[in-house]
Amino acid sequence: MNTEILSRIQFAFTIAFHYIYPPLSIGLGVVLVIMEGMYLRTGKQIYEQMTRFWIKIFALIFGIGVATGIVMEFEFGTNWAVYSRYVGDIFGSALAAEGIFAFALESGFLGILLFGWNRVSPRVHFFSTIMVALGSMFSAIWIVVANSWQQTPAGYRIEGEGMKARAVITDFWEMVFNPSSVDRLSHVIIGSFLAGSFLVLSVNAYYILRQRHLEIAKASFKIALTVATVASLMQLFTGHRSADGVAKHQPAKLAAFEGHYDSSAVADMYLIGWTNADKREITGLKIPGGLSFLLHQDFTTPVKGLNAFPKEDRPSSRAVNVVFQTYHLMVAIGMALIGLSLLAVFLWWKGKLFEQKWLLQLFAWSVLLPQIANQVGWYSAEIGRQPWVVYGLLRTSDALSQSLKTEQVLFSLIMFTLVYALLFALFLYLLNKKIKHGPVDTHSETIPDSSKRDNPILN
Amino acid sequence: METIHGLDLPTWWFLVIGAVFSGYAILDGFDLGAGALHLFFKKEESRRIALNAIGPVWDGNEVWLVIGGGALFAGFPVVYATILSALYELFMVFLVMLIFRAISIEFRSKEPMFWWRRLWDISYSVSSILLALALGLVLGNVIQGIAIDKNYAYQGTLLDLFNPYALLVAVTTLSLFMMHGAIYLVMKTENRLYAKLTILVKNTTIFFVLMFAITSLATLLYIPHMITRYKEVPYMFAFPVLAILAVANITRQIAYRKYFFAFLSSAFVTAMLIILVAVGLFPNIILSTIDPDLHITVYNGSSTEKSLKIMLTFAAIGVPLVGVYTSFVFWTFRGKVKLDETSY
Repeated sequence: MNTEILSRIQFAFTIAFHYIYPPLSIGLGVVLVIMEGMYLRTGKQIYEQMTRFWIKIFALIFGIGVATGIVMEFEFGTNWAVYSRYVGDIFGSALAAEGIFAFALESGFLGILLFGWNRVSPRVHFFSTIMVALGSMFSAIWIVVANSWQQTPAGYRIEGEGMKARAVITDFWEMVFNPSSVDRLSHVIIGSFLAGSFLVLSVNAYYILRQRHLEIAKASFKIALTVATVASLMQLFTGHRSADGVAKHQPAKLAAFEGHYDSSAVADMYLIGWTNADKREITGLKIPGGLSFLLHQDFTTPVKGLNAFPKEDRPSSRAVNVVFQTYHLMVAIGMALIGLSLLAVFLWWKGKLFEQKWLLQLFAWSVLLPQIANQVGWYSAEIGRQPWVVYGLLRTSDALSQSLKTEQVLFSLIMFTLVYALLFALFLYLLNKKIKHGPVDTHSETIPDSSKRDNPILN
Repeated sequence: METIHGLDLPTWWFLVIGAVFSGYAILDGFDLGAGALHLFFKKEESRRIALNAIGPVWDGNEVWLVIGGGALFAGFPVVYATILSALYELFMVFLVMLIFRAISIEFRSKEPMFWWRRLWDISYSVSSILLALALGLVLGNVIQGIAIDKNYAYQGTLLDLFNPYALLVAVTTLSLFMMHGAIYLVMKTENRLYAKLTILVKNTTIFFVLMFAITSLATLLYIPHMITRYKEVPYMFAFPVLAILAVANITRQIAYRKYFFAFLSSAFVTAMLIILVAVGLFPNIILSTIDPDLHITVYNGSSTEKSLKIMLTFAAIGVPLVGVYTSFVFWTFRGKVKLDETSY
């Protein structure tokens, strides 16, 4: 293990762990705005109770999101000093904008959200909820803009040489709206809506199965189902736009998505498969010419393959298989979510939504699906960009801090592994506890006996 | 080089960073101080009140660190990259302690068991103390300079960072935050906890004044480069004089039990101490102990003018906004702490 590999593992591990939380916050934020908005409109107690309940869950998720997010902000400098100097002019400004415009908004108003019930009017409280939800989305905007610039750099020029080389900004808005920003941002935001809404669906499906908090659970389920259905359908659109963009701007990555090597050939689309690194073949179930059709609306047009790129400029064969698998898993889950939400909507229309036990059971587990899809989607995006940290400009291997020693990274990696394991265990424990406790009457703190039962989501 | 009101853009950004880090030290300073004092409160109710005194605001206070980190990355990427990679272990421990501080506050109230709360109390206090010490260690090393070579790579060892002067600054930082936190808590509490805190305010103030005197003396004796600027531009002596007056004013206000004014004074002292360091360093930010030619300054360490201009626009829009809603949150939660069903 060398310093580079360890640093990459550390970054991947800390960012993947962090990424469990922000999508949940963003998605829950939207659900909370709807819930509290309904409360303000109708004045009904059940909406107040569900809002209060989900704000508590939101706080837990947000807290861990912040704690693990600050790590990310500083990890660029600690492990990737050369990268940081290289991109500071551009990447840094996006990160600073995130801090001042998004994160400050979110954290400032969170205090009112949590502790302000008795101190501000319902309208001001609702306003705070909107600010927190907006803040979390603004965060996503700046972070995804920064990352998209790494994928498809624009609005910059390169200055200096060797250690002094850096990318400097020439056009701020061109940098912000680089070719992949909008596609990737919409894909990420909608993915977050899915993460949040399926968490709400899952918990309420569990309540309905257990015959607990029925009135609140059914109302919450319907709110979340609406968000989930709209989001899962929109994700089809943003996903397609993203793939189109990758084809245009990062052809090597797209080729890796489908394990497509030969440029002169028609590109197939696999439903499932395994790439063979030596033979550069894929075994699996495919739609012949599917990728060609998706990109060119024609089953016979050839698509640029991995062979068209020098070996040192494209992902390694091992990486290609990882990218292939993660990409396909993401797509498969996306389709499953569409099917699941449409089915539920159909039953809702028929008036039989809460009668199908198996469907509710499926929903109780479904929280994992968008989580996995969000994770593996990022793996494809980031591993597919390799060997570049800034696509076409700076290699990951050149981006490392010069003074860093292997023992140092080993030390921090072990520390993060232990701390995050503890953090995750505590998170699950407390989430489980809050879910079992459930929404309660506004001013009573009694824990129902039924809350001591097992929770299928976590056990 | 472009200037605004006679100052060039890197200097402006240096001021912005100074302001943001002062904001962080003032705001999270009292959180960390409250954390450091946490184990002095013995009763469960006292601990809850102390925790809820910072409850609604600590998260917002931590934002200033996030803004500061981003601002440093954006405006002085060379400084950001060099200091973070050089002080690697220190920052890693710092980040992990931030996590522990956050989860201790969040998780403590979630279970009623004695051992559970005890554990998070200890974790909260220890992480707060370590955070204050780590910030001080970073500051102490920045004041002295670090062994940076021509590739911005750190040539020293971990042990070098724990030199006597840096340790002194670390303890001074802790003492400052403890005093600042005690004064904050005394404003937010009543009855017996208040009585207890009035004593803690006195003791921590004595601790701070002592450390302040020793560190000032050590700086005068052993860190000559921090004094050069003051000798060159004598009116800069206004800053240390103001700092000393403000410290004196803290003790005066405490004697009159005017804790709000004492708090303003200790906030002012915190900002002054950062300004003292900034004046001493400028235009350098990171001094190389290997070769003065390798110093990283606001000029060779900054982003391009174009980027700085964008960032200054951001700061001009963003900082007043943050100020407005930070004030709104503080106003909402003004007055003494009252525990209710939403409290920690």
